[in-house]
Amino acid sequence: MRYVIIGNSTAAVGAVEGIRKNDLEGEIIIISKEPYHVYSRPLISYLLYGKTDEERMKYRSKDFYDTMNCKAILGREAVKIDDAKKEVHLDDGEVLNYDKLLVATGSLPFVPPMEGLDGVHKRFSFMSLDDAKKVESAISSNSKVLIIGAGLIGLKCAEGISKRVESITVVDLADRILSSILDRDGAEIVKSHMEKRNIKFILNTKVETFANNEAVLSNGEKVEFDVLVLAVGVIPNTGLIKEINGKINRGIVVDEFCQTSIPDIFAAGDCCESFDITMEQNKVLALLPNAYMQGECAGINMAGGKKEYGKAIPMNAISFFGLHIITAGSYIGEVFSKSNGENYKKLFVKDGLLKGYIMIGDIEKAGIYTSLIREKTPLCDIDFELVLQSPGLMAFTRKDRKKILGGVVNEY
Amino acid sequence: MGINYLYQEYEVSRNMDRCINCRVCERQCANEVHSFDKDKNIMRSDDVNCVNCHRCVALCPTRALKIVKTDHTFKENANWRGSIINEIYKQAESGAVLLSSMGNPNNYPVYFDKILLNASQVTNPSIDPLREPMETKVFLGSKPKSIQRDKDGRLINNLSCGIELSVPIMFSAMSYGSISYNAHESLARAAKEAGILYNTGEGGLHKDFYQYGSNTIVQVASGRFGVYKDYLEAGAAIEIKMGQGAKPGIGGHLPGAKIVGDISKTRMVPEGSDAISPAPHHDIYSIEDLRQLVYSLKETTNYKKPVIVKIAAVHNVAAIASGIARSGADIIAIDGFRGGTGAAPTRIRDNVGIPIELALASVDQRLRDEGIRDNVSIVVGGSIRNSSDIVKAIALGADCVYIGTAALLALGCHLCRSCQTGKCNWGIATQSPELVKRLNPDIGFKRLVNLVGAWEHEIKEMMGGMGINSIESLKGNRLMLRGVGLSEKELQILGIKHAGE
Amino acid sequence: MKRVYVNEQWCLGCHLCEYYCAFANSNETDMVKALKDIVIHPRIQIEQKDNISFAVSCRHCEEPLCVKGCITGALSINEGVISVDQNKCIGCFTCILCCPYGAISAGDESIIQKCELCTNNKHGSPHCVKGCPNNAIVFEER
Repeated sequence: MRYVIIGNSTAAVGAVEGIRKNDLEGEIIIISKEPYHVYSRPLISYLLYGKTDEERMKYRSKDFYDTMNCKAILGREAVKIDDAKKEVHLDDGEVLNYDKLLVATGSLPFVPPMEGLDGVHKRFSFMSLDDAKKVESAISSNSKVLIIGAGLIGLKCAEGISKRVESITVVDLADRILSSILDRDGAEIVKSHMEKRNIKFILNTKVETFANNEAVLSNGEKVEFDVLVLAVGVIPNTGLIKEINGKINRGIVVDEFCQTSIPDIFAAGDCCESFDITMEQNKVLALLPNAYMQGECAGINMAGGKKEYGKAIPMNAISFFGLHIITAGSYIGEVFSKSNGENYKKLFVKDGLLKGYIMIGDIEKAGIYTSLIREKTPLCDIDFELVLQSPGLMAFTRKDRKKILGGVVNEY
Repeated sequence: MGINYLYQEYEVSRNMDRCINCRVCERQCANEVHSFDKDKNIMRSDDVNCVNCHRCVALCPTRALKIVKTDHTFKENANWRGSIINEIYKQAESGAVLLSSMGNPNNYPVYFDKILLNASQVTNPSIDPLREPMETKVFLGSKPKSIQRDKDGRLINNLSCGIELSVPIMFSAMSYGSISYNAHESLARAAKEAGILYNTGEGGLHKDFYQYGSNTIVQVASGRFGVYKDYLEAGAAIEIKMGQGAKPGIGGHLPGAKIVGDISKTRMVPEGSDAISPAPHHDIYSIEDLRQLVYSLKETTNYKKPVIVKIAAVHNVAAIASGIARSGADIIAIDGFRGGTGAAPTRIRDNVGIPIELALASVDQRLRDEGIRDNVSIVVGGSIRNSSDIVKAIALGADCVYIGTAALLALGCHLCRSCQTGKCNWGIATQSPELVKRLNPDIGFKRLVNLVGAWEHEIKEMMGGMGINSIESLKGNRLMLRGVGLSEKELQILGIKHAGE
Repeated sequence: MKRVYVNEQWCLGCHLCEYYCAFANSNETDMVKALKDIVIHPRIQIEQKDNISFAVSCRHCEEPLCVKGCITGALSINEGVISVDQNKCIGCFTCILCCPYGAISAGDESIIQKCELCTNNKHGSPHCVKGCPNNAIVFEER
């Protein structure tokens, strides 16, 4: 049995570990265009911030490929899949045949057309270790950095370089920062927290044109800059599957066993869609935990197991300058809020189920809420008033608690 | 407050260098002695409420606490001692009878401490219990006067129903109500594990504990609480309680406030009504009356259960015992004046009754003299403190002992003698759920089993030293005892010689 | 595998487990030295309301969401024990987001801490269990 995995990040690691749960013998080949040992992508901002280094960024230990008995072909790109012959073609012409193939190609930066963009020399994305290295070499203490996009990537980048540049301006078309995970009030808290660290936000605005290290915004304002970071968004990297007419919506479409529409080809991670149980629809959930679990599930199924990938929900844990944010699920239904000072909490309830939540500041025991969402726990079975006040197992009945904390070790 | 006549008996001594403000003392003190001063970030104590139960001391993880007796004092007076003066202050204020709990703490002679055991040397070799069999099993009940054989010469089993014990120890009567559910469960499970019996006391038998029936003595007391056919049939023996060492001649009174929930059900007393145990059984005014009750209980249980009659050790105990031995009872239990209680009038507890050692010796002698010793077994209680007390009691003529206080100590009791407050910090003498849960029967029963097991080892060791290999050979073997510092009269009553004789 | 289990019925809410935990993880040999004048951050925590209390610490799940969700690879399973590599953790708290028991908390230096069954300190087996006065937490195979 030969397993080929295109991609060498979280979903790929999940798949390797998933395969090895069922098959200790089969040959595993990992192909990645990046030349690095598997590293954690979200850590690139921490690298610039000085909170980690390249060694510690390794997502798995140095001997990972050896202990997992797999071969990593790094620095080479898979350019084509021949599903009829069950082959993967590499950029240097090498052809690898496979029995089971996993596409874990992640996502690509999305860059909307902007006038004069090509004329900007110091222009970077912020998604990979190479991106981070390029940004690092481009900035200096008197850099004026312009970041397009006030999403997770843009703001983490801002935090990462904040102590090393003269100024940072973040521009976003949305009316608030982190619009994909925060509501207006929550976003305001985070925004003012970041503004204290000398990060300037210009919202409801886009760049009309770039000219001579100056960006002209749609509101007429002009922003001087020398380094530009593009962090507008990401799109699933679906090219390889698209070429062979695999089914694609926003991302690669997979079934509950993480299999694509093409036999023996699986997909996992940011390149494909997951079924979001809070919205009950397929969505691209470009999140690290989701990538691992989907990858692991794919791996198990590739190796002959039978595991459904379920309970996927959007979820994020992130912090900016010591202010922690945890969010999960979808913000639909009735809103219950509990806030004081910088501690902000909102719960979203629909059809008697917790659908989503936002916590800023005090994020203690947030996982209790996450679990209520994932397990679809009927709120009538617990003390909702109490759990709203403070997440804990106290909100469950004694009987349920005995089950939760008793003998049975959970199966997720 | 006006004038405060009473100064606290105890003071909490906190080593501030060791205190880590974990507040376990505060959380564990039902008397609310400890508190945390947030402003000063230190623990404080209000000694007035301290009963010296050591719960805080025992749980303090850094051993920062100890309880000391106050050195605050009255002008020295060997007659008007401080404790006596304080009692007057209390009564002058309350107008009430003083209440106390556990056994008589006063400085009366402890005869067990003035009796020494013999050991073999040279002529009569001692026995090593680790190498040779040693019998600690005892059978309680009336014994046949003679061996009977059928026409073929085979033995006829003419034994009456009795109790078999792996060691001559039983847990004495402590009612559900006076002690907690968890304390009862601990006793019941330990009795089963150790092969002995425990005693329900007069509070009835909780339905959960019917499963331990073969290790249970069910008690019938003057209030007859919880007594019905199933109850009588549930146990291995039935005990008629005529008296209690801590309060001879006195009844009992469990206030209505404590008759709630399971206690009400188990006692068969409506919730909220007082459970009053009369001082006498109102149907027993003579040995003949007692005989009627003994036989009605036997009749009810098809003569399958031995009947115990428990009395307090009082002045004419020997004559009373003689009557009981003729009443049809199988076992006499005698409770000495140091026996424990959940609550008793202080004056009664401290001044009524006689020491168990003297009562036992005189009862055993009287029954022998009258030739009726085999009619009954004798069980003694009232401050059996260790295995040597047991060996001495058996040598004085007992078949078995009851332990109550010692069992509670094993469960964590620190003899603070505040049972009557219902706020037992050790979860024993309380019905308050958050206190009751402090006694986990899984731990409690194991500690009791440990205690009984340890005493069994020691009993074997002492018997072996005397060259005796079974309890039966020790029973009434007063030659194995010598007195020290005892008067002629005392030696005569105890039926033992003085050391050196 | 032996795990720490809570017997809620017997929990007294005395919080001693928390102090024994903090002591065990302090690497001091004397509890007073370890805990005097500090605010403890124990890895086992009592939940308490009215007369109900119980201790919660890592369940060491066989399929742990925290490990799967960990963005750095700092969390891993070693012979069944879920342990954290403090050198790798950067304190993103994704594990706090994931843990259905609320058993992972922020420790000192803004990285996470969790119960490792005292395999990470000199005690070797859970010190909280040894400190519990009422068998409300036990270390056993189930």
